[in-house]
Amino acid sequence: MNPSEVLVLTAHPQMEQSRVNRTLLKAAKKSGHATVRDLYRLYPDYLIDIEAERALLLQAKLVVWQHPIHWYSMPPLMKLWVDEVLGFGWAYGPDGHALRGKDLWLVSSTGGPDDSYRPDSYNRYHFDAFLPPYEQTAALCGMRFLPPLVLHGAHRVSAAELQAHADTFVHHLGSYPDWPELAGLDDCIDCEVPESARPADAVEAALVESA
Amino acid sequence: MEHGSWLTGGLVYLGAAVIAVPVAKKLGLGSIIGYLAAGILIGPWGLRLVTDPQDMLHFAEFGVVLMLFLVGLELEPKRLWSLRKPIFGWGSVQLFGSAALLLGAAVAAGVPWQLAVVGGLGLAMSSTAIGLGVLGERNLMATTSGQSLLSVALLQDIAAIPILALVPLLAAASDAPEHGSFWLGAAKALGVIAIIVLGGRLLLRPTLRWIAGSATPEIFTAASLLLVLATAALMQTVGLSMALGAFLAGVLLAESEYRRELETDIEPFKGLLLGLFFIAVGMSIDFSVVMQRPLLVALIVGGFLAVKAAVLWAMGRAMPLPKAERPVFIILLAQGGEFGFVVFQTAAQAGAIDAPTSSLLVAAVALSMLLTPLLLVAADRWWTPTLAGQKRSDIPELSEQQNASVIIAGFGRYGQIVGRMMFANGLTPTVLEHDAEALEALRRFGWPVFYGDATRLDLLRTAGAATAKVLVLAIDDVAQSVEVATLVRENFPQLTIVARARNVRHYYQLRELGVTLIERETLDSALMTARSTLELLGWQPHQARNLALRFRRHSIDQLEAMRPHARDQERLIAVAKEGRQQLETLFAQERAAALDRKQRAGWGGAAEKPDEDAAT
Repeated sequence: MNPSEVLVLTAHPQMEQSRVNRTLLKAAKKSGHATVRDLYRLYPDYLIDIEAERALLLQAKLVVWQHPIHWYSMPPLMKLWVDEVLGFGWAYGPDGHALRGKDLWLVSSTGGPDDSYRPDSYNRYHFDAFLPPYEQTAALCGMRFLPPLVLHGAHRVSAAELQAHADTFVHHLGSYPDWPELAGLDDCIDCEVPESARPADAVEAALVESA
Repeated sequence: MEHGSWLTGGLVYLGAAVIAVPVAKKLGLGSIIGYLAAGILIGPWGLRLVTDPQDMLHFAEFGVVLMLFLVGLELEPKRLWSLRKPIFGWGSVQLFGSAALLLGAAVAAGVPWQLAVVGGLGLAMSSTAIGLGVLGERNLMATTSGQSLLSVALLQDIAAIPILALVPLLAAASDAPEHGSFWLGAAKALGVIAIIVLGGRLLLRPTLRWIAGSATPEIFTAASLLLVLATAALMQTVGLSMALGAFLAGVLLAESEYRRELETDIEPFKGLLLGLFFIAVGMSIDFSVVMQRPLLVALIVGGFLAVKAAVLWAMGRAMPLPKAERPVFIILLAQGGEFGFVVFQTAAQAGAIDAPTSSLLVAAVALSMLLTPLLLVAADRWWTPTLAGQKRSDIPELSEQQNASVIIAGFGRYGQIVGRMMFANGLTPTVLEHDAEALEALRRFGWPVFYGDATRLDLLRTAGAATAKVLVLAIDDVAQSVEVATLVRENFPQLTIVARARNVRHYYQLRELGVTLIERETLDSALMTARSTLELLGWQPHQARNLALRFRRHSIDQLEAMRPHARDQERLIAVAKEGRQQLETLFAQERAAALDRKQRAGWGGAAEKPDEDAAT
């Protein structure tokens, strides 16, 4: 696959302290399989270049969000990226078909170990319970949400385990879309937002803005 | 025929200057020596193209007058007042100390006392033209030695008046002016100074405003010249120094809003006339006198330079001046000066000394003026570097090899903030600052700042430029900043420059040199002010922040887009206008869209986020 068709968006607010995310970032860059964007490095002032981000998305077939799970969710700049780049009338809503048919893959890590994501432990839910917002974000944009690659207990992971994790990550980037786990995956559900969901004027205004 | 000679004269002077000055500069001798050489070349002792140097000298003296007007413009009355001690204190020490020593030496050598007095006073004077010219050329006006030199030069200007009045008294008693007329003269002089001060305070600014209102640039230039001429003429009618009058007028206008305009208007005239003045000095060196008694002339030149240098050396120690600045201070004030010419001529006319002696002394002064630029070149090469190597307890010259990863050049208002942030983060940058006075204050506050001029390659090397990663270029002088950038780009390719730009022109100059990390010094603070203003007018703080950041991005992109046209003024303006319109249209569209959303009050304002959508 052409590296411009695999777009890795990395976001970690304290990249200097994150062994896992640094390793993954470096591995992805070194692999040459993907276009890698370190969002916190690109936008330290949170001033996202929406046009540039959309241009890259249009070229991509696989979009990878690689970030740690903080407070059961994504880091703030990643969220801002979602808010601003995935605009109404572009990524979703009427004529918002820019991302339709593309794949979204979450590559993440948690501080808590695997067994903390259980009803009887302090995180109280299985990890999958925190994923619906991601799944629905992908669905609304007409994207397939691929099975996430998650590394639990990131603080205590051994060097060998981390290396294996990075290898899996890079291998997936290189072999996309020939992943065994994609064999049984359904096509994306259609989530068309009806015109009536918003007053016509507001739709127009939003379209002007996103133009 | 008249017409023809006027043309030939112009041809000769301009031609000589255009050839000699660039050659002298190429040889590293400075422009002044070029002018002097051009004068010798075309004068009575060279190609004999010009035979009446005295006339030209009188005309060109106006260059000195214009120069002092410009010096005055840089000195607000308050600063002049604060200089009163150096002027009357150190100035008097220089003038009367040197004169007394010269007098003593002359009398001891068996010279008649009248001649000794005239010679002592005349030779104690220094050339304001060369002194201030060199300071300007070397950008030293603001340094301690620059201010001290100006103070001494001002006192000499003031003292020239009584000296010129006294010299004729030394001649036969019959030639002395009557006491009545002396007091009358003094009263007139005071009257004229009062007129200039009061007129300058009350009349000049409204007049200039009226002239500027007529919006005819050349008339403003004419008015500027007229102003200086009139002041000079007024001073001369009562026997005062023209230059002093022009200086006073300058000081009085230093606080006016027309200061910059006056400066730019007068500057080219000053430059040309001053050049002419140096040419005239070169022409007026009477080489026949020198040839007749070469040993005597050499003795006089060497002797008076040595005596004055000794006095100045003692002054430099006592003041104290920073060591590295002393050579320039001593050499510039040790030379004879144009006032010396006037003193000797007046004395000769009054009969206090005879004509051959006068031309001997004039030749000695002119030779010392010719020697001065050469001495400066020699001092730069052999004297100053040895001083730079010496360490002083209060102001250490950077002499030990440094190896910090960051070098900060310029530790003024800008560099200090950069430096503080570095120190706060545990870094110890090597800091260079070349203003000795500022440096002393910084060191009192405990900043490890080195004394050093970053435009010197050897000093940059000592500062560790060959091993450092980043050079923060925070020098406020544009010319010096560009000089350092050029030097670094040529000699230390591994060193990344992070630069402060004073303005857009400076930005482009740095950009031309390949510097990419440049901050315009006012951009960010001005944007913060704009943010606060928008907030006060009802914008949400976060929205104001976003608008400011986007404006910043746009402004920088725009600056880059305009770069290819940096030299084409009209194209530049067109591109700038276009860019501004784009941004204004974009912001206007967004405002309209936002307003539209607001009006749909029933829909609860802006809601284009998917989660809210899904909820409906």
